[in-house]
Amino acid sequence: MSHTVDARGLSCPRPVLMTLDEMKRVGKGEIQILVDTDTSKENVSRAAVSQGWQVLSLLEEGDTYRIVVRKE
Amino acid sequence: MSVQAASEYAVKSTVRMKNFFATRWGIIAVGGFIGVFAALLQKWGNPGNMGICVACMERDIAGAVGLHRAAVVQYMRPEIIGFVLGSLIAAHSFKEFRPRAGSAPIVRFVLGAFAMIGALVFLGCPWRALLRLAGGDGNAILGIAGLVGGIWIGAFFLKGGYNLGRSTKTHASVGWLLPLTMAGFLALMLISPQIEDQPQSGVLFYSVKGPGAQHAPLLISLVVGLAVGFLAQRSRFCTMGAFRDLLLFRQTHLLQGLLGLVVFAFIMNLVLGQFNPGFDKQPISHTMSLWNFGGMVLAGLSFALAGGCPGRQLFLAGEGDGDAAVFVLGMIVGAAFSHNFGMASSANGVGPHGVAAVVTGLLVCLFIGLTMRTKSAAA
Repeated sequence: MSHTVDARGLSCPRPVLMTLDEMKRVGKGEIQILVDTDTSKENVSRAAVSQGWQVLSLLEEGDTYRIVVRKE
Repeated sequence: MSVQAASEYAVKSTVRMKNFFATRWGIIAVGGFIGVFAALLQKWGNPGNMGICVACMERDIAGAVGLHRAAVVQYMRPEIIGFVLGSLIAAHSFKEFRPRAGSAPIVRFVLGAFAMIGALVFLGCPWRALLRLAGGDGNAILGIAGLVGGIWIGAFFLKGGYNLGRSTKTHASVGWLLPLTMAGFLALMLISPQIEDQPQSGVLFYSVKGPGAQHAPLLISLVVGLAVGFLAQRSRFCTMGAFRDLLLFRQTHLLQGLLGLVVFAFIMNLVLGQFNPGFDKQPISHTMSLWNFGGMVLAGLSFALAGGCPGRQLFLAGEGDGDAAVFVLGMIVGAAFSHNFGMASSANGVGPHGVAAVVTGLLVCLFIGLTMRTKSAAA
C-alpha cells in the first residue's frame, strides 16, 4: 500500500488532521491509517465517512488499529 | 463491489454493536445523563449550579489535602474519585485500558495549572459553565464565549501543526497510578470521615461553611461519579472537543452530547425549581464580564493545547493515559496556586492577582502553541 498515515501515539485531533491532510494530498485511492487508541479509531473512521471515503477494513493487530479507507 | 459493500457494512455494524455510546444517540444520552444527575446532585446538597464542576471539585480536593488553606473550599469530592475509577472499570471491561505516557508531561502539567487558574477566574470548568447557563446564570454566556474563543485560538495552532508529540506504550502500573491515588483519597475519606462543625478530621480538611461545606452524601456522590465516569469513557464525552471539532472539521458529534447536557440540566432545573434567570447574585459567581470571558479564554486555550476538557482528562487518566494524569495533577496544583496567591475569583469579583495570572497564562500558552510544531504529515 503506497499511502500510509502513522498516527500511533498521537492524541486527538492529530490523527484526524493527519488523515485529512493525506486525503487532500492524494485526492482518491486507498490510504491506510495506523492508530493505537479506540478513540482515534472511531474519530478517524467518522472523519473518513464524512469526507466521502469508504472504510474498507478495520483490523486490530496487537496494539495497533489498521484502518483502510478508499475513495474512487 | 458487493464484497466491498458487505465488508464495509460488517465494519460499520461491528463498530456500532461494540459501542452504542459512540453513536449520535449514545453521546446525547450520556450528555443528558450528566445534565440530569448534575441537577440532582445540587438538589442532594452540592453547591448552586455546581452539581458537577471538575475544576471546582479538584480545587476542593486541593483544599482537603491542605495544598491551599482557603477554609471555604475544602472537601474531598467523591465525584472526581468516581470519574477516574468509573472510567477505569469501563476501560477494563471493554479491553480499552492502554497504559501509555511520555508525550510532553511537563507541558501538560503547566497547561493543567493554567487551565485551572483561568477556570477559577471565571469560577467553573466547561461543565459548570453549561450548568450555570442551564440554571439561568447569564454570566455563563461570557464564560462560554471565552471558552469557544480560547479553543478557536487553539484550533489555529492545531491547523499549523501544533502537537504534543507521541506517547509510547508503557507498564500497566503507569496507567494505574492516578486511579490508585483516587482509591487512596477514598480510603482517606473513610479513615478520616467528616465530623460535624470540625474543620479537620485526621489528615483531611473539611469546610465548615461555604461551598466546600455543601455536598451530597458521600455514597450518592461516589455512585453518580462512577456512573458518569463509566459512560463518559465509553462515549469519549468532551466539551472542549465539541467546540474544537466544530471549528476544525465542522463535525458536530461531540457537540450533540454537550447540547444534551444543557437541555436536560435545564429541564431538570425547571422541574426541581432550581432555574433562576439573571446576572446578579447568582450562586458562586461574579459579574465582571471581561474576566468571566478572559478567564475562560485561558482555560479553553489550555484545554485545546492539552487535548481535552478537565473531565475528559480524568476519563483518559482512568483508561491508562499517564500524560492526562499529569494534566490532572497540574490542575490540582494550579488550584493551590490560585488560592495561595490571590488569583482565584470570589463573589466580589476577580482576586488581586487574577488579571496578571490570566495574562501570564496566555503568554505561556502562546509560547507552547507557537513552538511545538511539526511540519504537516511528518509528525
